[in-house]
Amino acid sequence: MNIAVALDDEVRQEARPRASEAGPATKRIVVGYGFWIFLLSDIVMFAAFFAAYAVLAHATAGGPSGLQLFNQRSVAIETGCLLASSYTCGLMSLVIGSRRYPATYLAALITFVLGAAFLILEVREFAGMIAVGAGPQRSAFLSAFFTLVGCHGLHVTAGLVWLVVMMAQVAIKGFRETVERRLLCFSLFWHALDIVWVWLFTVVYLMGVLS
Amino acid sequence: MNLLGKLNWNAIPFDQPIIMGASGGMVLVIVSILSWVTLKGYVPYLWREWITSVDHKRIGIMYIILALIMLLRGFADAIMMRAQQAVAAGGAQGYLPPEHFDQIFSAHGTIMIFFMAMPFVIGMMNFVVPLQLGVRDMAFPTLNSVALGLTASGILLTNISLTVGEFAKTGWVAYPPLSELQFSPGVGVDYYLWALQISGVGTLMTGINFVATILKTRAPGMSYMRMPVFCWTSLAANLLVVAAFPVLTATLAMLLLDRYLGFHFFTIDGQGNAMMYVNLFWVWGHPEVYILVLPAFGIFSEVVSTFSGKPLFGYRSMVAATMAICVLSFIVWLHHFFTMGASANVNGFFGVMTMIIAVPTGVKVFNWLFTMYGGRIRFTVPILWSIGFMVTFVIGGMTGVLMAVPPADFQLHNSLFLIAHFHNVIIGGTVFGLMAGYNYWFPKAFGFKLDERWGRASFWCWLIGFYLAFMPLYALGLMGMTRRMQHYDVASWQPWLVVAAVGVVVILAGIVCQVIQLVVSIRDREQLKVTADPWNGRTLEWATASPPPAWNFAMLPQVTDIDAFWKRKQRERTQQAQPPKEHKFEPIEMPKNSATGFVTAFFSVITGFALIWHIWWMAGAGAIGIFLTMLAFAFRHEEEIKIPVDQIARFEQANQAEIAV
Repeated sequence: MNIAVALDDEVRQEARPRASEAGPATKRIVVGYGFWIFLLSDIVMFAAFFAAYAVLAHATAGGPSGLQLFNQRSVAIETGCLLASSYTCGLMSLVIGSRRYPATYLAALITFVLGAAFLILEVREFAGMIAVGAGPQRSAFLSAFFTLVGCHGLHVTAGLVWLVVMMAQVAIKGFRETVERRLLCFSLFWHALDIVWVWLFTVVYLMGVLS
Repeated sequence: MNLLGKLNWNAIPFDQPIIMGASGGMVLVIVSILSWVTLKGYVPYLWREWITSVDHKRIGIMYIILALIMLLRGFADAIMMRAQQAVAAGGAQGYLPPEHFDQIFSAHGTIMIFFMAMPFVIGMMNFVVPLQLGVRDMAFPTLNSVALGLTASGILLTNISLTVGEFAKTGWVAYPPLSELQFSPGVGVDYYLWALQISGVGTLMTGINFVATILKTRAPGMSYMRMPVFCWTSLAANLLVVAAFPVLTATLAMLLLDRYLGFHFFTIDGQGNAMMYVNLFWVWGHPEVYILVLPAFGIFSEVVSTFSGKPLFGYRSMVAATMAICVLSFIVWLHHFFTMGASANVNGFFGVMTMIIAVPTGVKVFNWLFTMYGGRIRFTVPILWSIGFMVTFVIGGMTGVLMAVPPADFQLHNSLFLIAHFHNVIIGGTVFGLMAGYNYWFPKAFGFKLDERWGRASFWCWLIGFYLAFMPLYALGLMGMTRRMQHYDVASWQPWLVVAAVGVVVILAGIVCQVIQLVVSIRDREQLKVTADPWNGRTLEWATASPPPAWNFAMLPQVTDIDAFWKRKQRERTQQAQPPKEHKFEPIEMPKNSATGFVTAFFSVITGFALIWHIWWMAGAGAIGIFLTMLAFAFRHEEEIKIPVDQIARFEQANQAEIAV
């Protein structure tokens, strides 16, 4: 956006304008800000799934409960993978700042592998549960569980696809402004998924094995 | 494997003359418009200037055209319902069989809320907000175009359901267990769900876009307390969109999972919880009411202050009241179902919160009255709608407070009293506001005014028709008539329903007047031609040409006060007339047109239709299409075009000459 200010109007030039009077923000700020708002809306959507899970957590309809189903070790490894991928994603942001191509690809690759490992573990957990007859059709509790955790998993999947597309963009278009803004949004997205997972881990897996 | 899923020739109800007649008419109109456009050679123009446009003004106008068409569709449903209830008394069954009547009231609610009121409000905000903020476009222009496309996709799917298959018979809220597969095995609920999911994504995009636009891109000098009130109410409405629509998406997704994959969120078996749907639905639904009415409040604020020739009374209290409503709207949802059986304390809390919302609303009404008090009021069409609103809306608000008393609500719940109440606030608030805005900003959008005489006629028909149509429903509600009745035995209800039917005919006359108003105004556009500032306006949209150029402002205005344009005019009046200064323009960067929105909408319709009819290969193909479209957008080379200085200078010169004449 072009910031052509009409200087011939009455403007007190000596006083520096307050931030709210400074005129349109730069594109980088607008894009980052808009993406933050999207993330907030996404978190509201997760909140609705969390609420549904909380309501239905004990509605097992005579089927298995979380205590019988959840495997703490596997979930711990999953969590480790996801948190580590967030760390490597942060490293990626740093090397993007210094525009180093090989280091960017390497950081992205590690982030991708860790995210994919998380997904594989999650799919294995789901498949194991379905195999013992504890699929989402078994009870309202399991419906809510599969939806909440699956929704996060879908987000991670989308994130991995996005990461691949972004690396293609870096390779083809190079570090231009649009690409850098999208990479900024990607890293915001990836960290937000971490935050959601921390809640999920607490509410579903830790509280689930308490009772 | 069946290639077409559940779809076959039985989906088209050839034996139903009413439906076939309506769909035949619809298809005929669409085909004739399309062929007229093609034969006249308008397609390249439409494609270049409208369909692929990312200009917020064009997108806003297209939203409003969609809304007006859907107003006709939803109103046709209303006429059919009123006609049915006027005759189906005693042993009579009327002319609509129950399964058709059920589809009509469901479609009426869905269309009027999601596909009439929402696009109308969004269109109005789209057109006005960037102009009032003194900037050149929305924060994310292409996203804006995609959002329009998705809204249009939802609308198209809903209308396809008229011919192919059926629509939901569950009411516009689609409560389970009725809306579960067990009791609604047809495709009606699926049409409802996918249409709302697709258009809901569009609405969420719009919400994000507006919040970012209003908070991050304003003309230099426009601090928050210098923003026009319409921008404030738009901000509040879009904050509500961002916070509420994801809940709707999640809720409908749960119902979809129940219906498609056998989950147990809301089912009777598997320990599902149907009341959870009702709670989640209204966690979205109540803020939605304010998403619709807050922008209308903003329109009234602009109209009342412009036509009273005074600054808005209590600007700061207006802003505070808007934001208070924005917050409070999230803690009243349970008043939609006091009869759920929550404890007296829970009902009491939500009842009290509901009554408290009346306080900021009352502040607003008094502010408008005090703005008019002592003003030199010009009785134009927009101010007529505003005054009609103030009287009507206060009545609707008071019946709302009445129903906020839980014991009273146990009597009135799901009765026609409720129907009368919410039509009273939605028509009296949102629709009147949109009509005021339509008449107020039309000259800005097209460069000529709407005809006053037909506008007045339309207002009076709407106002009188509204009272005739809905006041009887209050009485009927108190007499015990519940909503959604295809026929009834109590003969004493019939006279009231006949009066209501007459009222609908009077509203129809109002709509006819509006159509004539538009036609007459287009015919006489040379006489009705206006310059930049036809109403002696106060805000920045009146500072630029009518219609504004693609770039809105050759130079971003410098804002020093509320009512920025008014202040500038005053300054120019007090200062000696100076020769027009030579402006030094700079080239302006504008976002490039993009077909992304149209192509995304195309694939969304395919995906949605395929999912409704279980045509899995087609759903997959559509989804891949959407993904490839996004990819193509991400990899495009040029994102912006530069508008050269001489083009801007030429436009400005022509425009100055026009104002001087």
